[in-house]
This record gives sequence, C-alpha cells and structure tokens, in this order.
Amino acid sequence: MSRQTTDYPLIFERSVAGRAGYSLPELDVPDVETGALLRQDYLREAAPLLPEVSEVDLIRHYTGLSKRNHGVDSGFYPLGSCTMKYNPKRNEAAVRLPGFALIHPYQPEKSVQGALELMYRLQGYLAEITGMDAVSLQPAAGAAGEWTGLMMIRAYHERRGEHRTKVIVPDSAHGTNPASAAMAGFTIVTIRSDERGAVDLEALKSAVGSDTAALMLTNPSTLGLFEESIVEIADIVHKAGGLLYYDGANANAILGYARPGDMGFDVVHLNLHKTFSTPHGGGGPGSGPVGVKAALIPFLPVPTVAKRSDGSFHLDEDRPLSIGKVKGFYGNFGILVRAYAYIRTMGPDGLRRVAEDAVLNANYLLRRLSPHYHVPFDRVCKHEFVLSGKSFKAHGVKTLDIAKRILDFGYHPPTIYFPLNVEEAMMIEPTESESLETLDAFVDVMIRIAREAEETPDVVKMAPHETVIDRLDETTAARSPILRHTPEQ
Amino acid sequence: MKPFSYIPNTVADRARMLRSLELSRVEELFADIPASVRLDRPMNLPASASEWELMKELKGLAERNVHVEDAISFLGAGAYHHFIPSVVDAVIGRSEFYTAYTPYQPEISQGILQAIFEYQTLVANLLGLEVSNASVYDGATALGEAALMACSHTRRNQVLVARTVHPDHRAVLRTYAAGQSIGVTELAMSDGQLALRDLERELSDDTAAVIIQYPNFFGSVEDVREIAQRVHARGALLIVSTYPVALGLLEAPGSLGADIAVAEGQALGNSLSFGGPYLGVMATTSALLRRLPGRIAGQTKDRDGRRGFVLTLQAREQHIRREKASSNICSNQALNALAASVYLSYMGPNGLREVARQCLVKAHYASDRFTAAGAELAFTGSYFNEFVLRLGTRSDHIVSTLASEGIYFGVPLGRFYPELGEHVLVTVTEVMPKAAIDHTAERLEAMM
Repeated sequence: MSRQTTDYPLIFERSVAGRAGYSLPELDVPDVETGALLRQDYLREAAPLLPEVSEVDLIRHYTGLSKRNHGVDSGFYPLGSCTMKYNPKRNEAAVRLPGFALIHPYQPEKSVQGALELMYRLQGYLAEITGMDAVSLQPAAGAAGEWTGLMMIRAYHERRGEHRTKVIVPDSAHGTNPASAAMAGFTIVTIRSDERGAVDLEALKSAVGSDTAALMLTNPSTLGLFEESIVEIADIVHKAGGLLYYDGANANAILGYARPGDMGFDVVHLNLHKTFSTPHGGGGPGSGPVGVKAALIPFLPVPTVAKRSDGSFHLDEDRPLSIGKVKGFYGNFGILVRAYAYIRTMGPDGLRRVAEDAVLNANYLLRRLSPHYHVPFDRVCKHEFVLSGKSFKAHGVKTLDIAKRILDFGYHPPTIYFPLNVEEAMMIEPTESESLETLDAFVDVMIRIAREAEETPDVVKMAPHETVIDRLDETTAARSPILRHTPEQ
Repeated sequence: MKPFSYIPNTVADRARMLRSLELSRVEELFADIPASVRLDRPMNLPASASEWELMKELKGLAERNVHVEDAISFLGAGAYHHFIPSVVDAVIGRSEFYTAYTPYQPEISQGILQAIFEYQTLVANLLGLEVSNASVYDGATALGEAALMACSHTRRNQVLVARTVHPDHRAVLRTYAAGQSIGVTELAMSDGQLALRDLERELSDDTAAVIIQYPNFFGSVEDVREIAQRVHARGALLIVSTYPVALGLLEAPGSLGADIAVAEGQALGNSLSFGGPYLGVMATTSALLRRLPGRIAGQTKDRDGRRGFVLTLQAREQHIRREKASSNICSNQALNALAASVYLSYMGPNGLREVARQCLVKAHYASDRFTAAGAELAFTGSYFNEFVLRLGTRSDHIVSTLASEGIYFGVPLGRFYPELGEHVLVTVTEVMPKAAIDHTAERLEAMM
C-alpha cells in the first residue's frame, strides 16, 4: 500500500442523517407508548450519538480498515512471545455451528451435554499435555490465568495456616507476572538472570524463605532458553515451602517433549491463543486455562465441568474451598471449541511436530542471522530467540528503526525492547507454521537491513517508507489524549 | 513423515535446516531438557483427525445441544439472544482483523487502532461518559476492575454492592476484592430494587464505591439519580453496570451521575456462545482516566501531519509498570469489541431505539399474557425487558415440564436468591415472536 494522501474517514464522518442499514420485523404485538411502560424520568433525552450509514458504506468502511491491518493471513508475523501461528479455518467454521454459537449459558444442563462434554474432554487433554491433575477452563486470558493461579496459591497457603506474602519473579518475566501477583495481594521480589540467561540459582536461594508463596517461571524463558536447572529450581522453592507457577506463554516449544507437571510445577496456565492456534483477534479474545496438582484441586474456581456416574456432564458449583468465580459464566467457550478442534486435528504426534518445527525454525533463523546481528545468548534456543540491535547504535540506528524498516517489506516486526534484561532487544518467534521459503526471504530482508544500518543508516532511521502512514507522534498522543471523536473536532 | 495442514516443513526442508545447524536429528535441539523431566512416551491423546472427521465429531457434539433457535427461549440474565445482522460476521470474519494481535506497530495496524478509537467513541456516547478503554474480558470482570479503580482513586477499601446486581457478577467482584483485601458488603433489596434505607445505613467514610445495576438483574429500573446523590454526598463513587441495548431508550448512566459505567457488551452483535467470549465495556470520567485498566487507543499525527491512531497512556499498563500497573490485563476482547462497533454503527440511533422498543413492548405483552395465565408479577417497579414471575410451589416442576417441551421459561432464581425459590426471571427480546409468547402462555395456563 502507498502513503495515504487524505485521512481515512471515521465511521462518524461518513454519517448522513436518515441513512440506515438495519432492518427489523414489524412489531407483532399491540404497540404501546414507551412512556406508558417505562418511568418517564428515566427515558433518554437525546438519542445516543451513533453514526447513520447504509450497509454498503459500513462494509466499505470496515473493508478499508481491514486493508490497513496486518494479520498472520497477510504475512509473516514473528512477534516473539505471542506465538503468531496460523489460525485454522476449520476452527472458525466449527465455532459457528448453531449448536455452539446459539446456546445460552443458563439452559438446562440436559440441553447442553455436547458443550459440556467438549469442555470435559478439553480439561482432560490439557491436563495430559501439561502433566497436571486437573484443569479449569474459566480464565479469559493468560493474565487472568496467572491471577487465578496465584489466588489459588494464596488460598492453599492460607488453608495450611501459613502466611506467605512474596512472589518471586525473574527479571526476564512478562509484565503480567508481577502485575497478576500484585492483584492477588502479593509483594514481588525480582531476581536477576545469570550470564547464560537462566535463573541465577544463588539469587534464588537468597530470595526464598518462609514468606515465599511462589516462584513464577516461564520455561522456556522469554529469552527462548530452557531452564536447564529446572529440577534444582523446583527443589529450592519447594524446600522453602513455596509453590512453582508455570507461565505457559512459551509452551509451544515443548509440546510432547516435556511437561510442566513433570518439572515440578504446581500451577500452570496455558494461552490457548498462542499454543493452541486460536486467533488473537486484534488483541483478544484469548483463553487462559489453569492446571493444578492434586493438592490445589479444592481451590479451583467454580464451576468445573464434571462427569456423573451415569455418563452425563454437569457444572460443579459445589466446591466449598474454591477461590470463587473468576469470570462470568464458564470461560471463553468459543475459544475452547477452537482449541479442542486444534488438539484433535494435530493429535499427540502432530503436537510434538509443532514443538519440533517451531524450535527448528527458530534455530535455523538464529543461525542464519547470527553473523549479522548481536546474539546476547548464543546457545540452542527453543521456539524463539533474542537479538540485540546495540551494534548499530554507532550508526545512530536503534532497534525501533530496524523494526520500522521491516514494515517496508510486508512483515510484522519482532517484539522489541523485551525482555527488559537485554539492551535493544528484538525477540523473534517464527512458529512452526512458516515455510523455509518464508524464513529465507525474511533472513534476506534482515541481512539487507543490517547492511543498510551501516551503509545508509538514514534509510533505516526514516523508515517506514511504504506504509499508509509514517511514524506517529506517541508523545503528544499521551500528553494531550484524544480518546474519542467529538463532532466539533 | 505424516504431513500436517499447518506445518509446511518437509523431510527435505528439515534435513536442509538441520544441516545448517550441523545436527542430524531434530531431537538434538531438545538436549537442554534434563532427561529426568523429558516425556518418554507419546501423550495420551486421541490420534489426529482429518478435517472431515473433525467436523463430523464437532457437529455431533453441537447437535447434542438444543440451541435457542430450536427452542422458545425466555433466557437472559446477562446473556441475550438478539438479532445479529450478517454484516457483523462479514467484518469480524476478515482475517486481517482476526489473525492480528494487539496493535503494537501502528503503521501496519491502523485498521484495528481506528476501529478501537471508534469503539471507544461509540461506548462513551452510549454510556454518556467521557472516556472508554478498548474492552476487558466481560461484564463481570469489568465490575471487578471498576471496584479496584474506585478503591485506588478514593484510597478507601470498602465497596457496597446491591443484591439486585447480577449474582455472578457479584461473585466475580468478591474474588477481585479478595485479592486486594477489599471489603464487600451487599445491600438489601426491597420490592426488587436496592433498599435505599440499607444504602444509607451502610454508606460510610470508608466506602470507595457503591455498585448498582441499571436496569437491575430483575429488569427493574433503579432510581440512579437519587442513589448517585447519596453516594456522592459521602465522597464515594457510583459504579453502574448496565445493559447497552436498554440505553437505546433509557438515559445514559453517565448523565445520571455514574462515575464508572460498565456493561456486559455481548448483546451488541455477539453470539450467545455458551457464555463467552463476550466483552467487558468500561467507561468513566476524565478524572479517572489514568486508573482505567487495559488498552486505550488515541488519535495523533504522523511526521507529515496525517491523522493516525496509536495505543496510548501505556504508563498505566503491566508491560511498562509491572506490579504497579492499574491492572494485569494484557489480551482483551478486541474482536468482540469490533463486533459491538459494527453492530452499533449498523443499527444507528434509530435501529438501537427500535430494538429497545420492541424488547420493551414485547416483554410487557408477555408479562400480561403470563400473569393472565396465573403467574404473578413479583415486583411493582418499572422494568425494561426482564421481569420476575412467581410461579408458586410448583415452580420447578413447571419450568422443567416446559423445558421438556422446548420452552426455556426463564432462569429459576432459587439458586441465587433462597427467598425467591418460587420465582423465575423471564427475558423477552425483539426475536421473540408473538405466537411463541401466546403458545407459552397457553401451556403455562394449563399447568398453573
């Protein structure tokens, strides 16, 4: 696409009084004046300011917007830690089946046995994949899963009469980890990573104590590195009486090869929108099921899906030690259907292939890019790896500039400036759903940009050149926020 | 090697890549996993299914559910069967939207960023408040987040919640509050509305917020203005949970004194989907802007003055502030919010009013028919499209008999309110035909 010459109109700017897209049936019961049915003093004085557009206007508006957006279906999307793999079309078809799309959460249980059975099976599949004893499908996203898990950890310690207030988080952790721990009422202890990018065992040993509630760990870490000392880490935390929390953001790397449950983790969340192929939706919806070891089962949020002796399924609300409800109704069911479809499509062999090809693709990219970019941790990676753009600073080129230049070639850039413990970080996650040709083409572009950064740095610093819009002024956006359209604007 | 639809690498591709890594087997890439924790057996999962087999299996599961269009459903209570125009799926089915993630790179994400900006505008206009975020998980979690906002803003740690607020939303609120050691006190009800006397009794200088629902869980229109006045007089904030479709007719919560308005946004173009994914709508005043959780899109300009949109005020968020963030939320419900935007833009002010009017009029018609059939209207207050019927001691029997005939006659209230064991909450929307109401009334009359 080329640079826009005029601003793309807002839907409100397309509004013409009297236009309408909607059609509704005629009222088939005797009409009654609104004021006779609803208290007059609460009737809306002025209609809400909504646009008035025809159906054609509306469709063209959103089609135009969609063309101004890059998704996995548009092209390569190596956004580290987000696992932007392909979103299967059959899953989209499945979720639109009327028997899934049109069921109400308060229907009699007898009339939703298919939905409950799907959830029941999925609980079991996820328990097997993670090596845990039970799974709750309730949390709406990864961060919600973290918070749910931490609330269970809190309840577990309280039930044992222990006052444990601290959650340990490595410096490479996702921001959601400390934020979720804080929401669950814990104080956060941050520990550094060692020179190999792993948890510093000495730092961990001096951080644990009788006030340790849990260690939150992403494994492989956000650096894409497997914690080789995981057994020892688990031992240190458990000996101190704490629990081990597994952030499943990077579970794609180890499917079928290793399970958090076998590594000593007590609580785990998965991101179905990462590992299990459900679409990211432009920011959501996700789903963040939580798995636990037996000792934590009593604290799972309500309801869980249970099977009766007669083979029927029901929502079990009667769980006296439960932390309670963490979401309205029963989780993001539509996302669960898609994840179920994915697991059934791949099977155990396919899921193991996912891990293999995700890791192979990442290592291949790393190997090919390492002569051209600084590699802070040069060892076998898992599904993703981190490069640093610091070597280009001498030419005045920052990682941000490299990311913007990548846009010119039709790719989504890697995650940048994360993890925080790597200077000028670029985190690249190709996923298993990309072909060798795509990887090679991306490498060519990255090599070209590295050369540009040294030889013609302005080309990189002034990027992007090919997008509909140039770099945007984020400082003014935050300083004088305009957060909605007002007619006088 | 069996090919998989979503994995392009062939045996030859793999061999070439392994060669470049000077490896011979892909398993070598997993040598960093200690042997003692490596899985030494295949996972115990069913073997992979072809697309045809998968769809057959899923259709089988789906067909074991009796969906609302194959029944006569008077179910609502926070999840509503409204007509969803085809344009909604046409837009959210565009893969440039649904296969994207959070718009971290605004130059190639103007589509979703502008859509969020439009969503925020639609929500602010509908709810009568100044600012909206890009959505949170659902109506229940929005309520929890709103309570946390109010506590951090007022530096108080008690919230009062009316018993006329959705019971599940109150349950989620309690979990959110427990994490932060916030006290939650429930306010009694009288005739299906918040008991003002109880509000007066419980309000104190520790009260961060009072939470009500409008129309409330029973469909009844609370006296929001009066409540707002009393709440504000004690320096507390008023949080109003609302039903966006009702706002086609009812005054916006912001205009009635709400400091934070939240809603379950499902009714706006999102399918029932057994309870999710939905979207949590949140709007507030400029004064509370920096306490809003989650993503917010803002308008700005590029280097040449072109209008564009970015994620803004990120200093509130977890990826910047970590444990000091206003919330831990990262992924939200962007695609559901997009559906809501398309719905609101398509219906426009007149369409939304007409939907609300049909809900209102049909609900009152149904209520007349059901009371004529022998049921009793439990409360006297003005209601929108939901009302509570007392069916008497045989209530459970009546509801289950009707269910067996394919009529979901409302939500039995006994599980939420022990004192309402003989009552059901009945919901009527624009998609309920008169004939279905008449038929249900006849069946009801036969049993009463």
